[in-house]
Amino acid sequence: MAQGDTTIDRTALFEFLTRMGDNSLILGHRVSEWCGLSPVLEEDIALANVALDLIGQTQLWLGLAGEVEGKGRTADNLAYLRDAGAFRNLLLVERPNGDFGQTLVRQFLFDAWHFEMLTALKKSTDARVAEIAAKAVKEVAYHLERSSDLIIRLGDGTDESRARMQAALDDQWSYTGEMFLADDADRAVAAAGIAPAPDTLRAAWEKVVKSVLSEATLTIPDGSYAHKGGKRGVHTEHLGFILAQMQFLQRAYPGTTW
Amino acid sequence: MSGKWPLWEVFIRGQHGLNHRHVGSLHAPDAEMAILNARDVYTRRNEGVSIWVVPSAQITASSPSEKGPLFEPANSKVYRHPTFFDIPEEVGHM
Repeated sequence: MAQGDTTIDRTALFEFLTRMGDNSLILGHRVSEWCGLSPVLEEDIALANVALDLIGQTQLWLGLAGEVEGKGRTADNLAYLRDAGAFRNLLLVERPNGDFGQTLVRQFLFDAWHFEMLTALKKSTDARVAEIAAKAVKEVAYHLERSSDLIIRLGDGTDESRARMQAALDDQWSYTGEMFLADDADRAVAAAGIAPAPDTLRAAWEKVVKSVLSEATLTIPDGSYAHKGGKRGVHTEHLGFILAQMQFLQRAYPGTTW
Repeated sequence: MSGKWPLWEVFIRGQHGLNHRHVGSLHAPDAEMAILNARDVYTRRNEGVSIWVVPSAQITASSPSEKGPLFEPANSKVYRHPTFFDIPEEVGHM
């Protein structure tokens, strides 16, 4: 990675920061939808903790994004007042919760990527990015430990739990490829040493994912087709429903606080 | 589902405390998950630096009906408290 290029295009940096923030915001919101509905009390609290961790990270990423953009937008403005086309999250994180197995598989596939990404970002040439990553990676190390554990237990569990986990994996696998695709913004922040090039994370991600899935006796689906679009604002229909729920209050009562 | 999971008693050593203290119980399929669940249920507000979990079934408790024979005899034995004895002046501060 090149050393700190201070002439880095602000648009590219803003783009990168909203991608990080939107991933944690949308997944955090999705996970929070389980609150009060989880299979057991212990799992309910654990999921709520994960959701809160992710939303806390969102405040940092989107806060910095607003600063970099320099138009006076706060993290709240970015979260609550953008339309779907301006969101930059991976399609994976907006996938519906489905059953508990689908939620867990989505979480695990994301956690494994998130952990590698944040670990690399700790060495970012941008000190603000490195600081956020250093704080977030501790939370995400725990998310990954927990989701890996559950994937193994439920994959290598009963016939029913195994079937549900395999179905969830088959369903979501084609949404993982987008994590490793690069566009101009990715290339610009990578060239400036601010973030790793997306495809450099793939080997480490695959290693973790393969080892956990094999211990869980689950089969990685064939095929390398990757759904993509989220990173440039082309989303599935699910994001609109998430935003309708998440943004309703600020849209209906602009500027309200409580 | 949690009806099939065993119950675990959770002990946490606080930030400054020397001993693990009983904080409550929870359900988990095994010891490792019990630790993770205990982390999420009982240490959300930075309460601890160490966690023990013990299967509740492994705890042998005194029976409430034996309260009398077990504890009452100690009531009348005030001399078992160190404050019962007068310390001679010469001994000074102990």
